[in-house]
Amino acid sequence: MTTKIPYRAGLTAFAALALGVLFADAALAQAAPEAAAAAPKLDSGDTAWMLTSTALVLLMTIPGLALFYGGMVRKKNVLATVMQSFAVTCLVTVLWMIVGYSLAFTEGAPQWGDTIGGYVGGLSQVMLNAMTGSSVNGLAKTIPESVYMTYQMTFAIITPALICGAFADRMKFSALLWFMGAWLILVYCPIAHSVWGPDGFLGGAGVLDFAGGTVVHINAGTAGLVCALVLGKRRGFGTESFAPHNLVLSVIGASLLWVGWFGFNAGSAVAANGTAGMAMAVTQIATATAGLGWMFAEWVARGKPSVLGIISGAVAGLVAITPASGFVLPGGALVIGIAAGVGCFWASTSLKSMLGYDDSLDAFGVHAIGGIIGALLTGVFAREMLNPAVPADAATGTAAVAAKMGLLDGNAGQVLTQLYGVACTLIYCAIATFIILKVIDVIIGLRVSDEVERDGLDLNLHGEVVP
Amino acid sequence: MKIVMAIIKPFKLDEVRDALTGIGVHGMTVTEVKGYGRQKGHTEIYRGAEYAVSFLPKLKIEVAVAADQVDKVIDAITTAAKTGQIGDGKIFVLGLDRAVRIRTGEADAAAL
Repeated sequence: MTTKIPYRAGLTAFAALALGVLFADAALAQAAPEAAAAAPKLDSGDTAWMLTSTALVLLMTIPGLALFYGGMVRKKNVLATVMQSFAVTCLVTVLWMIVGYSLAFTEGAPQWGDTIGGYVGGLSQVMLNAMTGSSVNGLAKTIPESVYMTYQMTFAIITPALICGAFADRMKFSALLWFMGAWLILVYCPIAHSVWGPDGFLGGAGVLDFAGGTVVHINAGTAGLVCALVLGKRRGFGTESFAPHNLVLSVIGASLLWVGWFGFNAGSAVAANGTAGMAMAVTQIATATAGLGWMFAEWVARGKPSVLGIISGAVAGLVAITPASGFVLPGGALVIGIAAGVGCFWASTSLKSMLGYDDSLDAFGVHAIGGIIGALLTGVFAREMLNPAVPADAATGTAAVAAKMGLLDGNAGQVLTQLYGVACTLIYCAIATFIILKVIDVIIGLRVSDEVERDGLDLNLHGEVVP
Repeated sequence: MKIVMAIIKPFKLDEVRDALTGIGVHGMTVTEVKGYGRQKGHTEIYRGAEYAVSFLPKLKIEVAVAADQVDKVIDAITTAAKTGQIGDGKIFVLGLDRAVRIRTGEADAAAL
């Protein structure tokens, strides 16, 4: 048995190295002395919480999402499914370090023009060049930059991993790696920057997204739908049994997602304070409510409350409360939960069968629809009392911060602003994802052959089975 | 010699084994199988997708006996495995040409 060394892998490694050297060169060339500012004071409570949150969010992908998805596929594809989550974790970590963090969370590079900074960051942190043991990102002044960078990395990891649910059972592993790498850099980083970056245009327009309802969920869900449509339906869809092979794994996965999500939402406060506490509370309330919402909706509509239903409802609630978590009170969380539970149930069952697309594990039905419900309801339930206006402080040099509020406080325009954010993300993501898929399809092909799909991905793509 | 093959409902295994032991049959082979006859399957629903499952889990029991024992064996199995509901199963009798005990080399009647 000969061992083939794929030349593509070598070519890729060389290309990455060359790019790294190029970028490092560019970064060093544009290093300029920073304007003197008041030295930021690190808070050990904030830092401790953010270290913990980082670990919690990583747990959401490995093994949370891996098990959640793994249990839902047929046994012949379970290893390929968990492999996707694990491999994406590894790949995104490295790409984030090389260029992702810089593109998402630094200011736009001046040599690219004045307006580019609204859409994507610059190269000042390529290879994390400018990160030291004590450096701080202006977006999170009380924690070390190393913690902030790694925390954001875990978000960048789970977003592409979520997309895997849409094309489960039929995508080539090589195509997956190329797709995930390109999607991270071309879609995730610009959108993350636009919403959360220091000069992002969506954040600047007033779009409220506390922990990533738009950046993570609408983004991943939309990309998932595009993938499902481009790759096409699975062979045997509608005629063969695609029943989940082990829902116990999915329950374990969903539970890890729930617990880990406290790091996702409460951690997005980037501080150990009341905002984080309220975010944790509303997360719990919305999730539980959504679980019940889906469960009861299914009980009425289909006759039995199912395990898959209640865990899907809970995840839908987690998704919907994500953009709202730092802005709403428990009462708002209750409504968001019900809306997400029932709405995503309808989207994943009725809408999907009406439109006939094969979104295998409901990446669109749960994450995109849940994200949209959450984003719009954030515009309704955001309360000024939780985010009042903060006047400018000459002593520390911080600018004034406007109050954040929604329809209940008299600001109906916030709902339209939220719609604007949703639309921009949806449109850009859909177009960019489509282009990336088509390019990869032309070069190496996206989908496995019929025989591989019939026999199972585990044996054919990875040489391993679960007996 | 004959092989008596019985397809029975899984929960009836212990009763059938006891009944066969009672008439002097001390060995059997059991396989987990799926099948259907007149018993209908069930429907599973996952996120709105319905799957009709026609094959039901059953057990297949095979015992090798002398030809003159066959009637006693059939009676024992029937009595033990019967519930009166559709899906109780069936018994088939097949001819057996030779039998050998591996440890000792005993053949035919001595091997049963």
